[in-house]
Amino acid sequence: MAYIDLQNDLPGIRGPMVYRPETGTILNELAEILLHDDNNTLSRGDREMIGAYVSSENDCFFCQHVHGAMAQHYYQSEMSFIDSIKKDYQTADISEKLKTLLAIAGSVQKSGKLVTQEQIDAAKLQGASDREIHDTVLIAAAFCMFNRYVDGLNTWAPKERQVYIDRAAMRARDGYSQSGLQK
Amino acid sequence: MAYIQVEEGIPGIRSLFQFNPETGGPLCDLAQALLRGPSPLSAAERELIAAYVSHRNGCMFCMNSHAMAARCLLGDQQHIVDEILIEQNTSALSAKMKSLLLIAGKVQVNGKSVKAEDIEMARNAGAGDADIHDTVLIAASFSMFNRYVDGLNTLTPSGRWAYEEMGKRMSEKGYQL
Repeated sequence: MAYIDLQNDLPGIRGPMVYRPETGTILNELAEILLHDDNNTLSRGDREMIGAYVSSENDCFFCQHVHGAMAQHYYQSEMSFIDSIKKDYQTADISEKLKTLLAIAGSVQKSGKLVTQEQIDAAKLQGASDREIHDTVLIAAAFCMFNRYVDGLNTWAPKERQVYIDRAAMRARDGYSQSGLQK
Repeated sequence: MAYIQVEEGIPGIRSLFQFNPETGGPLCDLAQALLRGPSPLSAAERELIAAYVSHRNGCMFCMNSHAMAARCLLGDQQHIVDEILIEQNTSALSAKMKSLLLIAGKVQVNGKSVKAEDIEMARNAGAGDADIHDTVLIAASFSMFNRYVDGLNTLTPSGRWAYEEMGKRMSEKGYQL
């Protein structure tokens, strides 16, 4: 049970977002721009994967399953593919460029100070632009916030993975802007 | 030097807001809502939580700027800021603020570190749902802001004067772009 009375029964981050719409609206707007907006050279799948990976490293059940299911939806893959990336992206069947971006995201998850010039150079060598590096760092940082918001208030999360997979197509269609703020 | 090509001479997160205004907008709105919007916590208390989390993350830009904003807002009580950040002395704080800083410190480590007994202690010291919510989200958001600023290796001024001007502006004008 959540640590505060959220006055709704919504799972995960949706509970506190509805409890406090003043900030909930802004958090959704941020998620929309970072993950769903098509004015971006990183694919939606790769951006969701960065979010799912950071959430997995932060051990946030709700976020890693929501965003893992989103990545799976965009990649048109099995969930086992997403699991293989979370487990060891270095040996997973993904582009070398995404590997370098996940390395940066993995450093950000621990501390911003751990991102190295070598990691940036490696990403640029694989063709990553400044904007793509910027977005990778900000997506990873934003999930360090979302994960803490979800777990710091001890919100509840559905246990069955299928629940997350079933919602992914709708979320992909509608985006995050207006999501979840209705009870 | 920053890892991406931002305009030279602009410090910290401001260089990133300028690099990508699309995300700069909601990030400023978030800071404004959390640190200046309606809350049972005073603006000074909220700046203190922000500075404390930034201090624990070793983010000098956010720590210095929000510590300075807190000093400006605290006026003749501004010694509290250095007592907390430098001396780890929280004796000037209320029991409620002490318990909220404890929660913020746990959020800084990981959301799961916050335990029911931490919440209970805050409630016994007079904290309500909104105090706890705002503390958790401020601490979580600075876990983002700090990583954004340091992860892209933005310019961190070392001179105190830079932060005096910044803190004054933040305390007077808030975070609207």
